Amino acid sequence: MVDLRNLNRRQAVHLVALAAAILLPPVVLAADEPFFISLASRMLIYGLAAASLDLILGFGGMVSFGHAAFFGVGGYTVGILFTHGFQGSEFLGLFPGSDNALIVWPLAMLVSGLLALAIGAVSLRTGGVYFIMITLAFAQMLYFFFVSLETYGGDDGLSMYGRSRFPGLDLSDDTSFYYVCLALLLLFLWLGHRLTRSRFGMVIAGVRENERRMIALGFPVYRYKLACFTIAGAVAGLSGALIANLTEFVSPSMMVWTKSGEIMVMTIMGGMGTLIGPVFGVAAFLLMEEVLSAWTEHWQIVLGPLLILIVLFAKRGIYGWLVGREGGR
Amino acid sequence: MNDALLRANSLVKHFGAIPASDGLSLEVRPGEIHALIGPNGAGKTTAIAQLSGEMRPDAGEVYFGGRDITRLGADARARAGLARSFQITSLFLGFTAEDNVAMAIQAHQGHSFRFWGNARRDATLRDPARDVLARVGLGARADVVSANLAHGEQRQLELAMALATEPKLLLLDEPMAGMGHDESLRMMELLAGLKGSLAILLVEHDMDVVFSLADRITVLVYGRAIASGAPAEIRANAEVRDAYLGADA
Repeated sequence: MVDLRNLNRRQAVHLVALAAAILLPPVVLAADEPFFISLASRMLIYGLAAASLDLILGFGGMVSFGHAAFFGVGGYTVGILFTHGFQGSEFLGLFPGSDNALIVWPLAMLVSGLLALAIGAVSLRTGGVYFIMITLAFAQMLYFFFVSLETYGGDDGLSMYGRSRFPGLDLSDDTSFYYVCLALLLLFLWLGHRLTRSRFGMVIAGVRENERRMIALGFPVYRYKLACFTIAGAVAGLSGALIANLTEFVSPSMMVWTKSGEIMVMTIMGGMGTLIGPVFGVAAFLLMEEVLSAWTEHWQIVLGPLLILIVLFAKRGIYGWLVGREGGR
Repeated sequence: MNDALLRANSLVKHFGAIPASDGLSLEVRPGEIHALIGPNGAGKTTAIAQLSGEMRPDAGEVYFGGRDITRLGADARARAGLARSFQITSLFLGFTAEDNVAMAIQAHQGHSFRFWGNARRDATLRDPARDVLARVGLGARADVVSANLAHGEQRQLELAMALATEPKLLLLDEPMAGMGHDESLRMMELLAGLKGSLAILLVEHDMDVVFSLADRITVLVYGRAIASGAPAEIRANAEVRDAYLGADA
């Protein structure tokens, strides 16, 4: 058992956040505010997306401006298969649709991962500003592809008539779905934490610190960067699949470039290179959006200066500010 | 001449109209310390870049251990046993000295597609890293973040990282650049201690260092080797005296 008196500040922050996440559904249900469960689910899902971006942005120093592409494609994988399952038709005449979460979620990861592999294979041959622009360009290409894809709703998007089925669980129940999202986020944070400390993680950190030195030491850095990019893309795909389930709707706006920017802002706000920090950034961002947009439709006018203040006065993000000096890398 | 470990054959490299390497040939034999000297702008750093694989020559070939490596990238050459240090210190500044060397050890231990174990607690990385640090005299500084090391210590760390990959040949680009007198002496002792265990191609300006350490010397002028031989021959060479060493050599 953990001795609560010996917790350092970082562990205390983790424990409080975990307790809050676990206790949230019963508390808001008791307060008769069930809406907050779906808001909190959104936080967990975007938290997964931002944490996956942190793997390449914070740990790898690769400024990818196209992360929403993997998020959107993951969502569409679920949406398209759901539609075929609902209609009893087949995807491209090849295989039937499905609404089984154990099939469509891994498939969303696979499709987004393969897409990240392809996009990364081209983009990672460049660097700096070119890398930013080329990842942005690929994401916009996909955005316009789905806009013109009339079979699956085109610009209007694709509505689903329910959530995926999960053996033994009722995902249409908001509380159950929330806990599934929480479990998946925690699983990724744990695996990601192991990964960043592993030999592979050391290579990724080394590339961020000094790529030229890594090459001189004999590391084929391109392969490692590509593997990291692919993993991040697959996890973003999973988060897209979850958001498709949460809202029972997918549309091209999931992968428009401002969505990539939003995920990036959340990641930076939370604290890059910490994996868990971006989750705090997401929570703060979505909470601000919720509170401010109820107050005025021009809520972004307030959000902008707030972001500038956070970046100026908490350089290591909200998480870095919460955990103090010992936090961060 | 098949006993050469590294052989550059008529390397040509132009930057625009300016030839940085103009038919440069040189040979480094196993175990020797070979100094590459020449006035500023003679193309020494360009030569190192082509030998290490950071730069592709316009013409000419590079052989390492008898194998043509002209088309290999810098990472593949490093894996083949050709390590380098940088003229301007190139470290992982946010990492400790031990982390820096452990990274070099890791590079030498096959692929790093290992996602699970904690690399910072991996004895197969940390133990050899500490050994190499002790060898270059940084044993007591293992846990210092490398950005906080003194300049001379950073140069020692730079050497430690190159040694950690257990190379057959070390390309050292001005290892004493910016060092004080005492630091230079220590570095010189270190290099002298390596003699025989691996080959070194050394770019260095300080002629005292060159003539006391090198087994052989190649003189580079305008991207071309004008002389190559034992220190005594180079000292006696009239062309070298004219072009470079001057009256005080």
